[in-house]
Amino acid sequence: MDGNSAIGEAAIRAGCQCYFGYPITPQNELTEYMAAHLSRRRGCSFIQAESEVAAINMVYGASLAGVRTMTSSSSPGISLKQEGISYLAACELPAVIVNMSRGGPGLGSISAAQSDYFQSTRGGGHGDYRTIVLGPSSVQELADLTHHAFDLADKYQIPVIVLGDGMLGQMKEPVEFKHEVPEELPVRSLALRGAKGRPSRFVKTLTSKPIELEELNWSLFRRYQLIKREEIAYETFLIEDAQLIVVAFGIAARIAKGAIKNAQANGLKVGMLRPITLWPFPSEKVQELAQKTKHFLVFEMNMGQMIEDVQLALEGRGEVHFYGRPGGVIPTPSEVFRVVSRLCYQKGLR
Amino acid sequence: MAELIDEMNLQDKAIGIPPPGCAVFAYYYFDVDMAESAHGRGAAVATGLKRAFPEAIVFTYQGDGDLAAIGVAEIIHAANRGEKITAIFVNNAVYGMTGGQMAPTTLVDQKTTTTPYGRDVALEGYPIKMSEILALIKGAVYIERTAVNSPANIRKTKKAIRKAFQTQIDGLGFSLVEILSPCPVNWRMSPLESWQWIDKEMTKEFPLGVIKDITGKEDAD
Repeated sequence: MDGNSAIGEAAIRAGCQCYFGYPITPQNELTEYMAAHLSRRRGCSFIQAESEVAAINMVYGASLAGVRTMTSSSSPGISLKQEGISYLAACELPAVIVNMSRGGPGLGSISAAQSDYFQSTRGGGHGDYRTIVLGPSSVQELADLTHHAFDLADKYQIPVIVLGDGMLGQMKEPVEFKHEVPEELPVRSLALRGAKGRPSRFVKTLTSKPIELEELNWSLFRRYQLIKREEIAYETFLIEDAQLIVVAFGIAARIAKGAIKNAQANGLKVGMLRPITLWPFPSEKVQELAQKTKHFLVFEMNMGQMIEDVQLALEGRGEVHFYGRPGGVIPTPSEVFRVVSRLCYQKGLR
Repeated sequence: MAELIDEMNLQDKAIGIPPPGCAVFAYYYFDVDMAESAHGRGAAVATGLKRAFPEAIVFTYQGDGDLAAIGVAEIIHAANRGEKITAIFVNNAVYGMTGGQMAPTTLVDQKTTTTPYGRDVALEGYPIKMSEILALIKGAVYIERTAVNSPANIRKTKKAIRKAFQTQIDGLGFSLVEILSPCPVNWRMSPLESWQWIDKEMTKEFPLGVIKDITGKEDAD
């Protein structure tokens, strides 16, 4: 199954009832999958919206009504959704937003890129907020993390971003779905479904008193701190005795894995840390690895964004190197192997 | 609207989407569930809500900047899909909350803080008639323009909103009531002058009455 369709199937099995999207390459298979498989399902709704802006606001409306809801797009469309994501975060509404990112800035290219790391992990829209950001690196993980994203969104009442890329969305791999479509989903207790048997309520953030908004900000901050304690996820690969740790996420980590296997076969002690939650970032794991390993190579398909999180985590300990290809260029494992072996040679790591 | 929510027994199923602007505090005035929305996005939010929870009676409350400028795409496409929602469109020919700037519905030659020499059609174009535009759309089944500048007109407005809500209850499609509304502060007029200005000037550009009704229903009273 292709990655985009796998996200769609996983979302339906997670109990997603409302999907709203707008066509953009390279994620159209997801929108089309939802049109085919969600739109006629009882109690469910699919709309090809008039814009990305409208789609995210439909998500906001469906989330108000307390159902599981999702939208998807690719980089330029995700920029348009930022207003709505900020409102979702402000009003503490769960939703899943999938970004199958592509080369930028501007119209850019339709080829896979990771240049939306900053936008995803720093909030993205206006105001002081974060979203949980998950970075899958296989079709199986696209399915698994999409399901997980719905659970996290409900657990913390916040929007969750699944940050894939055009390559993951297009490629086909075997995928196993671990959940059946639920018979019935509970409606969120704070949903707006009419003031029946309870006082009416409203969902809003506008306030004329800054002190009230400050309290909302701090309450979100406390939740973010809790998420940092509870939800960090990562994968390590061949880190025992590693003298060089490659830090990469998503499809770049998949490419790096091939390079690292090759390096190990050539006697180089190279391992990998792959953050799965991009926010919250596994800073403590980086610090722990730095106790044994001095050299880190951050490899990204951009000009260097996650490298800042690695540097922040290290606080000057260790040496951070970088290799990146922006603009939708997809590096090969042998290219990354050459970078790794040159670095090992220069630094005498053998 | 509040009277109708009681009279039509909608209190436990009405959900309102107020806009930014003067009307944002609507959630303090209506004893029904409500949620804020971004400027112009009311019709999209209402769409998502209604699709997720079709038993609700969903209305947006939008000004002329909201519905006729930044939210044109959302309102036109909600109407075109025949969303079973009701838009209450308050047209006072000016951006009220932000201090009296030109609206898409500002009259020709009307002075505002951003048209200090009067709206010049060569530079700023003409007042846009959203109700007439929306009436061309098949999914829109009931559109009426009223005013609230006299007790008689207020009664007519209430009647129009009743019909709009009934259109939604009957599941017939999209309904909208445009209400010409005075803004004496930003028009730099006394309340009485502003009432008269609606009759003398605004209704020439925005004539009152039913603009479209394909509900096939007679008026209730």
